[in-house]
Amino acid sequence: MAETNNNHYVAKDFKSDQEVRWCPGCGDHGILASLQKTLAEMDIPKEKYVFVSGIGCSSRLPYYMNTYGFHGIHGRAAAIATGIKVANPDLMVWEMTGDGDALAIGGNHYIHAIRRNIDIKIILFNNEIYGLTKGQYSPTSKKGLTTKTSPYGTIEEPFKIGELTIGANGRFFARTVDYNLQLSNEVYKTAALFNGTAVVEVLQNCVIFNDGAFDAFTSKETRDDNTITLHHGEKMIFGKNRDKGIILKDLKLKVVNIGEDGITEKDILTHDAHEPNPGIHYRLAGMSLPDYPVALGVIRAINAQTYSAAMIEQHERVQAKSKIRTMDELLRSGATWEVK
Amino acid sequence: MGKRSKVIKKDEVVIRFSGDSGDGMQLTGTLFSNTSALFGHDISTFPDYPAEIRAPQGTVGGVSGFQVHIGHKLINTPGDFTDILVAMNPAAIRANARWLRKGSTIIYDSDNFTEKQIQRAGYKADPFVEDKLDSMNLIAAPISTLVKEALKDMEIDPKTVLRTKNMFALGMVYWLFDSKLKYTEDFIEEKFGKKPLVAEANSKVLRAGYYYGETIEALTPSYRVGPAPISKGTYRNINGNQATSWGLLAAAEKAGLKLFIGSYPITPATGILEELALRKDMGVKSLQAEDEIAGICTAIGASFAGRLAVTSTSGPGLALKSEALNLAMMTELPLVVIDVQRGGPSTGLPTKTEQADLWQALYGRNGESPVPVIAAGTPSDCFHFAFQAAKIAIEHMTPVILLTDSYLANGSEPWKIPSMKDMPDVTVPYAVKSDKEFLAYERDPETLARKWAIPGTRGLEHRVGGLEKTIKGSVSYTPENHEFMVRTRDEKVERIVMDVPDLKVIGRKTGDLLVIGWGSSYGHIATAVTELQAEGYKVSAANFNYIRPLPKNTAKVFAGFGKLVVCELNTGQFANYLRMKHQKYNYHQYNKIQGLPFTVQEIKDYCIKLLEGKKNG
Repeated sequence: MAETNNNHYVAKDFKSDQEVRWCPGCGDHGILASLQKTLAEMDIPKEKYVFVSGIGCSSRLPYYMNTYGFHGIHGRAAAIATGIKVANPDLMVWEMTGDGDALAIGGNHYIHAIRRNIDIKIILFNNEIYGLTKGQYSPTSKKGLTTKTSPYGTIEEPFKIGELTIGANGRFFARTVDYNLQLSNEVYKTAALFNGTAVVEVLQNCVIFNDGAFDAFTSKETRDDNTITLHHGEKMIFGKNRDKGIILKDLKLKVVNIGEDGITEKDILTHDAHEPNPGIHYRLAGMSLPDYPVALGVIRAINAQTYSAAMIEQHERVQAKSKIRTMDELLRSGATWEVK
Repeated sequence: MGKRSKVIKKDEVVIRFSGDSGDGMQLTGTLFSNTSALFGHDISTFPDYPAEIRAPQGTVGGVSGFQVHIGHKLINTPGDFTDILVAMNPAAIRANARWLRKGSTIIYDSDNFTEKQIQRAGYKADPFVEDKLDSMNLIAAPISTLVKEALKDMEIDPKTVLRTKNMFALGMVYWLFDSKLKYTEDFIEEKFGKKPLVAEANSKVLRAGYYYGETIEALTPSYRVGPAPISKGTYRNINGNQATSWGLLAAAEKAGLKLFIGSYPITPATGILEELALRKDMGVKSLQAEDEIAGICTAIGASFAGRLAVTSTSGPGLALKSEALNLAMMTELPLVVIDVQRGGPSTGLPTKTEQADLWQALYGRNGESPVPVIAAGTPSDCFHFAFQAAKIAIEHMTPVILLTDSYLANGSEPWKIPSMKDMPDVTVPYAVKSDKEFLAYERDPETLARKWAIPGTRGLEHRVGGLEKTIKGSVSYTPENHEFMVRTRDEKVERIVMDVPDLKVIGRKTGDLLVIGWGSSYGHIATAVTELQAEGYKVSAANFNYIRPLPKNTAKVFAGFGKLVVCELNTGQFANYLRMKHQKYNYHQYNKIQGLPFTVQEIKDYCIKLLEGKKNG
């Protein structure tokens, strides 16, 4: 983890001189703004950050950050980020990726980075569509979605990112919405301070190819009834009138109305993001309409040894035992003989 | 030592251990070659094994062999033909019959020559008659019976007893060469230290084999091969994969960098990842990636972060890495990509050798993608060329492909250990913060290499990536900028020629015929040409290690000869490359695509044919 210093950054310090080329109205603008704001508040030296990406609209973000940046190739951001972090654990490595980049072509690297607990922050822009290639369905597109490559509707079941992440032994999973700068800021900061792979799914609206995909969670009229923002230690209560809650019944989550059927606030589950058992987190991450609200905020955050920490420990252990430090010592180790 | 009725002094002997893939032949061969090297022989080894870990027992396809060429003179190849064959079963006879020299000695486990085993190997009744080997010096040893007898008083299970058969055969061969058993006994003790009974059994059987050789008079003549005239110094045995790994470590030390390897296991390159994974004591970070692509991508990330980064693979893996290799080329980051070539295409012949990835290395990427290509010539010089690959990668800020192959990777030879103070320096072109704005693609006027700005350095924040860039590092689709950058990247690689040593000629600089090779064909070509020269032919050889760029004096060397022939283990990839690069010459080709190295004899035969037998052109 990088040390803090007193740079007193403002968001502008993280803006690069490159012209931002996303479509007007794209959710990516909001993500960029909240990331820049978050970093300014972190007060970690700017040169410690590396923003890594793959290919896609999301993956242009490193060009717009005035930090070290690496725009990779399609699907490989997690692997490149892994190399950077392992090479120098002092760096703060952020991966910018999308649903196609991380979960289709890059699915393998995604699950393995999570499994290894590489201390990188993965911001997964989920717009449920391929934007940069102009509108084909993605691994998170809702079943039945009509796109250019599914003119009669998709026949594939989508991934739920939270389920996949937790299934890959993910220790940190959070969800936010592109336009919600306050929640995003809070979630990014928690992810940044988390020790290990942190995945943040951002529900991101693509105004051109999948506009309105998340309207149910974003429009003023419906969002409070259709989403629940989780906070560690707080009751799982939601709704416009804060009269709905989540309970566990018959090993399933259930939405109830407080005050009905004898349900009181006491019966409502309290969110424990630090519970190692993934059962409830997995269910919370998988909640979707119409039976459930979609969960936002930090759903899971459990501490475990990071890859870098384990590596450093192993190096120290081996070095304490081995007599070999230099090339000359290595060259002369083992069976050798003299020719006189 | 026992009395020896007849001793033959020889300059060189080729011996081959051959049996089922579970018979321990690789280990037996390695122990024999190490013992020989310690005695002072020059040696060259060639393991030849099936892809299956335990192929069907007793079949020709399941035969695993290990050939050792030992010499009182300098040895450049594992030898064309075998003088002594140790055959653990009839299949080993069938697999090797065509490689036996006239008058060879065949030591075989007669217990395994049952009707069933003989038929399984594809014979009707008598392998030796059917393959016309009955005039050879045949030594039938009932090894299985003798091993059981030797260990009858020990309380070990029958399976372990039979596993010691290879030590019996090895003991017999040691007797044949009057070798010392100490190295092997020390090895056994170390390997089975935790299982004293197994160690004792192996040692006992080794000695039993040795004394059996002494007892039966049939094992004559025995051989004496004196020490080779090799220069003074400290030596060790090294195979190509180990030498490659150590060359990279040496370059890292000289550059003051730590090494990172991201790789995925693949035959025959895995030894490099395994070797470097051991070296955490030297600060090596090794990551066994989830796939070939992650192997190179983690290495690219590590390079961006300031490590000497490498990825090792074989042909199929290089194919998977090609997109990422282009990313390294485009971002102009140092990276060493090692392709330990094997028989292709596709999965091909995974455990056999071939030189057929040359075009893939040179051209196997989208767009204009100049990448330097270097090829090692012998198992031990993998050290030197891995070092050079890393040095060029760092000093010229580029990925470099190092081509070795299965023959080099698994083959071993004695190697005079260098001293690090004699190795060249490696200068790292770090970017440093100055008053001027840092431009990511600003270049050294001489090499055209950009500067390496390491994340964590204040004031050098910049972005790289696969999109075309301006000198400043901004994305640009401007037509003129693209053409300029494409030509500049190409010119950068061409300028590496300044660091490429002149092509060496083996023999006179003029003559009737120049035998051209590249990479691992060095030993066979050098031996063939040296023998032809001794026979009076005006033949020389030139073996290329630097493929892209080619050495400056290439055309000058070619001009000295009446005819040129390119020998390579593919259908003519290097010959065609030379036709493109040096068009005015006529190139003959000698090609072999059998998953096997050349033989010295076939190269000689082809040269004599080209010369129409003329010795005084």
